[in-house]
Amino acid sequence: MADAGTPHKPLGLLAELTHRCPLGCAYCSNPLALEPRNDELDASIWGRVFTEAAALGVLHVHLSGGEPGARRDLVDITAHAREAGLYTNLITSGVGVTSRTMRDLWEAGLDHVQVSIQDSDAVSSDHIAGYRGAFQRKHALAAEAVRLGLPLTVNLVVHRANIGRIGEMVDLALKLKASRIEIAHVQYYGWALKNRAALMPTAEQVTRAVADVEELRDKHRGRIVIDAVVPDYHARFPKPCVGGWGRRSINVTPSGRVLPCHAAESIPGMEFWSIADHSLPDIWANSPAFNAFRGTGFLPAPCADCERREIDLGGCRCQAFLLTGDARATDPVCHLSPHHALVTGLAAVQDDAPYAYRRI
Amino acid sequence: MSDDDAIAGDARPRLPRGVRLTHSEAQGGWVLIAPERIFKADAVAAEILKRCTGQVTLAAIVDDLAATFQAPRERILADVSKLLIGLAEKKLLEL
Repeated sequence: MADAGTPHKPLGLLAELTHRCPLGCAYCSNPLALEPRNDELDASIWGRVFTEAAALGVLHVHLSGGEPGARRDLVDITAHAREAGLYTNLITSGVGVTSRTMRDLWEAGLDHVQVSIQDSDAVSSDHIAGYRGAFQRKHALAAEAVRLGLPLTVNLVVHRANIGRIGEMVDLALKLKASRIEIAHVQYYGWALKNRAALMPTAEQVTRAVADVEELRDKHRGRIVIDAVVPDYHARFPKPCVGGWGRRSINVTPSGRVLPCHAAESIPGMEFWSIADHSLPDIWANSPAFNAFRGTGFLPAPCADCERREIDLGGCRCQAFLLTGDARATDPVCHLSPHHALVTGLAAVQDDAPYAYRRI
Repeated sequence: MSDDDAIAGDARPRLPRGVRLTHSEAQGGWVLIAPERIFKADAVAAEILKRCTGQVTLAAIVDDLAATFQAPRERILADVSKLLIGLAEKKLLEL
């Protein structure tokens, strides 16, 4: 039955090479229970994962973490991904990848670099990251990537501390010669969920930020591609999370646990399989976790007879569980959910308590 | 560049770093991959893009395709121009 009953083929693999990271960003979506270094997969096993992923249909691999630069064998891992024929995207904080490593990655065939920027203001940026000097080091890494001719995306996570400076942050991305900028409002999982009230913008700030992004798109058309991820606690409809459970994405944790999305371990009672015990095609087709929420047939009302059911796929399973206690429920971000008042209530809670920085 | 503009015959179109044409058996054919974006390339588009190496001029690409597929040169030129201009506007091709 390995090939039957799995009509969807994955397109993207998020490879969490390590959970170690020098930064402590309070909005990190990694789980609170971070995996230790001793449990990390070695480069040859990652090579096997990439080969199996490519055969399964995966095209993009996102080399992420934690900070992938914390792995001394990052260049070998990247080379394995290229040998498997995958398009390799390095997702880095910019701290921990030296100029020398960047050159070696370029030689290994790295296709694209995404560097995160916390703010256009250096002091605020270092405060959000919980790491003094990070801002400058990000500039150096971005400059080296561009010098090598690598296409650069700047990723910018938006929350209450920086939401008023989106225009300045786009200017910074232009100065860094990025070809693309991803403006992503915080999604509340892992550490970000723990820091929700400290990060949550007000409804007025969100309305202005959405308008800012539209203006910036027009202003910079042809110079930089602006992609935006909506702030879902302030939305009327939920996001079709990871393009649908077990449809397009695979996440492999540092120790080799294979998840339908990076937050899936927040749902209790799920059975996740490991790359140590199973091949990736076997896990994709047969693991209980991947089959738990495939399709839309399990969705209760109001999704069950909603005309948007195949558009937003009921939203996010993790968010449904985290907010309602039921992973099968309609994502309460949807204004039609009976639990939607929970979300509007939480979106109105702002608290200036100090961040709980992400620490391993 | 507007859609009406013709590409110079001596342009040497190429895929920029960060954009790759690749064959995926599992996905059923040729795909053009860019950061966070994937475009399925049909058989015609794949034949055109395989020739966009930066080494060969547009005129030579069109001659080659016209000979290989025994099709009228003007028709090939129109198809190639339309595809390449569209991709260049999306920054998926350099002319």
